[in-house]
Amino acid sequence: MAFEKDLNLDATELRLGLPGTSDESAKNQTPATLRSNNKRALPEESMSSNATASKNCDQETAPLPKAQVIGWPPIRSYRKNNLQPKKSEGEISGIYVKVSMDGAPYLRKIDLKVFKGYQELLKALEDMFKFKAGEYSEREGYNGSEFVPTYEDKDGDWMLVGDVPWEMFTNSCKKLRIMKGSEARGLGCVV
Amino acid sequence: MNYFPDEVLEHVFDFITSHKDRNSVSLVCKSWYKIERCSRQRVFIGNCYSISPERLIARFPGLKSLTLKGKPHFADFNLVPHDWGGFVYPWIKALAKSRIGLEELRLKRMVVSDESLELLSKSFVNFKSLVLVSCEGFTTDGLAAIAANCRFLRELDLQENEVDDHRGHWLSCFPESCTSLISLNFACLRGEVNLGALERLVSRSPNLKSLRLNRAVPLDTLQKLLMRAPQLVDLGIGSYVHDPFSEVYNKLKIAIQRCKSIRSLSGFLEVAPHCMSAIYPICGNLTFLNLSYAPGLHGNKLMKLIQHCRKLQRLWILDCIGDKGLGVVALTCKELQELRVFPSDPFGAGNAAVTEEGLVLVSAGCPKLNSLLYFCQQMTNAALITVAKNCPNFIRFRLCILDPIKPDPVTNQPLDEGFGAIVQSCKGLKRLSLSGLLTDQVFLYIGMYAEQLEMLSIAFAADSDKGMLYVLNGCKKLRKLEIRDCPFGDAALLEDVGKYETMRSLWMSSCEVTLGGCKSVAEKMPSLNVEIIDECEQMEFNLVDKQKVDKMYLYRTLVGHRKDAPEYVLIL
Repeated sequence: MAFEKDLNLDATELRLGLPGTSDESAKNQTPATLRSNNKRALPEESMSSNATASKNCDQETAPLPKAQVIGWPPIRSYRKNNLQPKKSEGEISGIYVKVSMDGAPYLRKIDLKVFKGYQELLKALEDMFKFKAGEYSEREGYNGSEFVPTYEDKDGDWMLVGDVPWEMFTNSCKKLRIMKGSEARGLGCVV
Repeated sequence: MNYFPDEVLEHVFDFITSHKDRNSVSLVCKSWYKIERCSRQRVFIGNCYSISPERLIARFPGLKSLTLKGKPHFADFNLVPHDWGGFVYPWIKALAKSRIGLEELRLKRMVVSDESLELLSKSFVNFKSLVLVSCEGFTTDGLAAIAANCRFLRELDLQENEVDDHRGHWLSCFPESCTSLISLNFACLRGEVNLGALERLVSRSPNLKSLRLNRAVPLDTLQKLLMRAPQLVDLGIGSYVHDPFSEVYNKLKIAIQRCKSIRSLSGFLEVAPHCMSAIYPICGNLTFLNLSYAPGLHGNKLMKLIQHCRKLQRLWILDCIGDKGLGVVALTCKELQELRVFPSDPFGAGNAAVTEEGLVLVSAGCPKLNSLLYFCQQMTNAALITVAKNCPNFIRFRLCILDPIKPDPVTNQPLDEGFGAIVQSCKGLKRLSLSGLLTDQVFLYIGMYAEQLEMLSIAFAADSDKGMLYVLNGCKKLRKLEIRDCPFGDAALLEDVGKYETMRSLWMSSCEVTLGGCKSVAEKMPSLNVEIIDECEQMEFNLVDKQKVDKMYLYRTLVGHRKDAPEYVLIL
């Protein structure tokens, strides 16, 4: 939207006090108290005037990216007060673990909570580091690739990804490492 | 005019139950008025300040059931200060003093004190039913009084109230002799409840059909309750968090399967989404599903649940269902009549929101759709035109685009044509809420086509007074008009003041009307109360006629100015 290009730094400055209580011009009031700028003669005009106005609502609650107009969106205050955001609703916050790959210059971090199982995790790792993990089997580990996904568990041991049930894995995984080449052979990988 | 004895007419009138019809009957002639008023048992008062309790009691001595609404609708969105009014105490006090044998009280947007509840509980021997919707001002102590004193209580239904929870033992206050409960809904309470007392209460209530629990009721209690009440028709689950491999979960599965009568399901105030399969056995019979307080339920788990609900008629959901999820609804829920999609993130942009696509899918797949509340990221004219074609049966159409002045993102045009198509196609439309970028044109369409429209909500719309005039001139059946942040001024307000007597109320905030204009309305129409709500008390220093009024609320009344208005409300 057009108004996002308008870097109104004053508006995003953290300040105590209600919008309109500083030394700004009348133009910078919130839409709820705005009078003359309510006319919607031209869409662009009204959008930008409402935009600068609404940007200044951010003074009260600076972190919010969007404007806060009093009473908008029109949701019952009971609902607003009682709807807990997804993140904290019964679910624990994300499980972020470091991922390293042998030979890569820097590590990455991923949130294990977003994956539903090993398939999704491996796909994400493959995309992130541009490799192929090969076929997993309980007997032989990862077949057909020189890359093997491993993880360090709570005991400090390096384990092959995929052996234990997913929930158990996410609870015990401390960090991930994609091993490559000869070192990987020791984990039952047949090259 | 009177060919029949009174008793016969009375018997005939018994079959006339709608308030509108009974009101019409009372207008026919004096004797019909008399017979009607003596036999009337149920009265609905849409604005508690339109009449006084004394006059109500005088006219309807046989009153058994009273419904009262207090604050204006925009109070829901924090536009009305808390102590503006809507106190129920004077009503209960007056009724208690009279001979009225009140049995049922239903309140919406009213201030209810513990004192009121206690007086209510002690004054009416046959009191059976208390329904409180969006009320405030009471604590669990008041509920304790109701529980303890209403010996024949059948219904205690608390919907979305702000209750001060003292974590008292109000549930334990139901005496052992109370076995008449049919409906118990305390989902809005935030505190702990005595679980043992709850179990015993449910055990001794064989007629219990509706039970909605709050967040504090854990799964193992739920399982026990369901075992004791397999006859339930309406269930609101509190907490649904548990380990899928536990004994409790297995017991729950068995308990749920016994509940073959459940048609309505809500709650899931805390939910672990991987355990929804226990619910599947009852999904096939559900006609109402409310997941609008369960943000933890989304994605595939949510879609799988919906796929089991083939008989759904009403669905309340969060926008994290996404357009894709609405596609699943469209494919599965062919009986759907009412859809409400609420924003899961009321304060932010909402990544997992819905767009016009989801709505179009539902309109195509659910031909019986007649009631909509839809919060979305964006809407297009093309989509609205398609929806209008697919679903000509809308009675309620409320669309809220989260950015209040957003145009059609494809064409960058206002949404006039889209809403125009809705009002033209949906000849039975009674309620409409608009949003997005809108000019005077949409109001021209509304005035022209929305012949049955009774309630209209407008925000951040129009270019001039013409918009409001189109509506006031065109919509003959308009009862409630609420407007915020529109450029409507005195010219529109004063064009036809007689119109307001045919309506319940008019709300205008952050518009262009002046104090002078409002005074003019009040002068010309003594049958209206014109209230200026002036929280900042600007008016105190500046009682100049050309001063713009921040909030005006006017309503017709038979009893003149109310005496309980706070200082910042000026009644002209």
